[in-house]
Amino acid sequence: MNLNRIRAIIKKEFIQIIRDYRSLALALINPVILLCMFGFALSLDVNNVPLAIWNQDKSQISTDFIMNFENSRYFNVVGYLDSYDKLQNYIDRKKAVMAMIIPKDFSKFIQSNQSAPVQLLVDGSDANTATIAMGYVNAVVAGYNVKLIEDSTSKLGIQNLSPIDLRPRVWFNEDFKSRNYIIPGIIAMIIMMIAAQLSSLTIAREWERGTMEQLISTPIRRGEIILGKFIPYFIIGFFDVLIAISMGQFVFHVPFRGNLVLLLIVSSIFLTGGLAQGIYFSIVAKNQRLATQMAVLTTFLPTFILSGFVFPIYNMPKVIQIITYVVPARYFITILRGIYLKGVGLNILWIQILFLLLFALFMITLAGRKFKKKIT
Amino acid sequence: MITVKTQNLTRKFASLIAVNNLNLEIEEGEIFGLVGPDGAGKTTTMRLLAGILEPTSGEGWVYGKHISKESEALKDNIAYMSQRFGLYEDLTVMENLNFYADIYNVSLKERTQRIERLMSFSGLSPFTNRLARYLSGGMKQKLGLACALIHTPKVLFLDEPTNGVDPVSRRDFWQILYQLLKEKVTIIFSTSYLDEAERCKRVGLIHKGQLLKCDVPANIKRERNVDTLEAAFISIINESH
Ligand SMILES: Nc1ncnc2c1ncn2[C@@H]1O[C@H](COP(=O)(O)OP(=O)(O)O)[C@@H](O)[C@H]1O
Ligand SMILES: [Mg+2]
Repeated sequence: MNLNRIRAIIKKEFIQIIRDYRSLALALINPVILLCMFGFALSLDVNNVPLAIWNQDKSQISTDFIMNFENSRYFNVVGYLDSYDKLQNYIDRKKAVMAMIIPKDFSKFIQSNQSAPVQLLVDGSDANTATIAMGYVNAVVAGYNVKLIEDSTSKLGIQNLSPIDLRPRVWFNEDFKSRNYIIPGIIAMIIMMIAAQLSSLTIAREWERGTMEQLISTPIRRGEIILGKFIPYFIIGFFDVLIAISMGQFVFHVPFRGNLVLLLIVSSIFLTGGLAQGIYFSIVAKNQRLATQMAVLTTFLPTFILSGFVFPIYNMPKVIQIITYVVPARYFITILRGIYLKGVGLNILWIQILFLLLFALFMITLAGRKFKKKIT
Repeated sequence: MITVKTQNLTRKFASLIAVNNLNLEIEEGEIFGLVGPDGAGKTTTMRLLAGILEPTSGEGWVYGKHISKESEALKDNIAYMSQRFGLYEDLTVMENLNFYADIYNVSLKERTQRIERLMSFSGLSPFTNRLARYLSGGMKQKLGLACALIHTPKVLFLDEPTNGVDPVSRRDFWQILYQLLKEKVTIIFSTSYLDEAERCKRVGLIHKGQLLKCDVPANIKRERNVDTLEAAFISIINESH
């Protein structure tokens, strides 16, 4: 390895990126657009979930219970109905996303201090909204439970029997902001965007333009070419990760509980794997368009669809769930959410980190082996 | 001393034999012209000798290094200029020169001297900060040659270097080549212009992958009893059918 040569390739690569406004935009502007799009516009927060209710009980107690939903900003009670057919009709016509059935004996159960069954019908066609809305229901119900306990204890004449604050608490993402979930996912997306759309071009472009034929006639080593092409995109990707983290912190106020250094190290490992994958396809395809297509298909799309970023993995068909085990972004997003929202460290995340590390090494080896200083 | 030698060098692409049992010997300090029509196998031969294409069979040595087993060591001694412009069009003239100087590990001191010299005798000096994309065809070829010469190679492979170049630039180009011959550089170039072939010490006529003739221009003409290489080659090619 000769540092002069590696530096020459790095410098040349940077000049080319800067002089090509498209790659410059891809490198610096797209990540910010992506952050804003997901952070502001495409917020997955669900407010005013349309809710239909069939109250079979019609007692003071059940009316009280329903008031908790009426008063919540998360729900919008769109109708009080009196049959399954009507509930189903509401859901089918998308007039309601959820329907709740309060059974006849609801108040009896409550009065006899038993837990009361309440049936909830959810339109699962939008898995994301459904999942989030179900979380809201749990929160409202938990709030109601606490009130019940407080009421019953005060009735018994025991004031403040439990000094413990029993307010419901949703773990890790207290205020239910999907943004908190999204920012870590976007970091993965941005990294894969650099990998799929920039690094996949780097070698293919040289074959396409005929500059590779000239370059391979020199004594430069294969590793020097690969490394010289890897480093610029690594620097850009790392810079974008820093932008994403800063925007998450200062623009979107995502809570950050973990270790920043660990976050940066893991991001670097994931970035390395992604770039190596992009470079690998650049070598295989020898043609920019094909290389980008293959890279998008294998890096960007799985990161978007199969990582648990947008669609929860546990909602996927079993076969797809199994496939997600070989998607590096799945592990990366688990790690990011762990670091961001739970503040957990190496002791818990080491298996995922190890997987990412092995994947990166595997891709580097694959790319290094595939590249030949020969015309085919 | 023999600098380039091949023994039954062959390259096939699927069923097509692009270079067929080539046997060549080229002396040090010689200027050798590989002549033939389009698709004859000139580029394939150049690539094989430059160590960037694997032969299907046969052997070859350039400056003592085997073209397939020692192809990387071989690249220290040679410079190769591809038929298609191989420099970076989005880099300036100077950036391209410096890039190749870095790739060949030319020290800073030597580099400034050499770049200055190459710029002056190629006439590129006024264009140092121009993007290669905006150079004329002749200027591009001279820049290609300047980049190839930045590390003082022992053997120079030029694949149709004067194709599409204006007569003035062509003359400049030849001036540079003659200068190199004085420094004992071996030059192998391909062309489809026969007037250019006349300037070579020896020429090889290649047709459909076969080396039909390889000799001093004067001998070839005398043997065929004609005045020009063109007439000689037409007669040789017709005979081969
Ligand atoms: N990489 C390649 N793949 C397939 N066929 C090739 C390749 N390179 C050259 N050929 C074929 O080999 C023959 C010789 O080509 P080439 O060496 O480029 O000829 P020349 O340079 O004399 O015009 C041509 O028929 C050409 O189509
Ligand atoms: Mg050719």
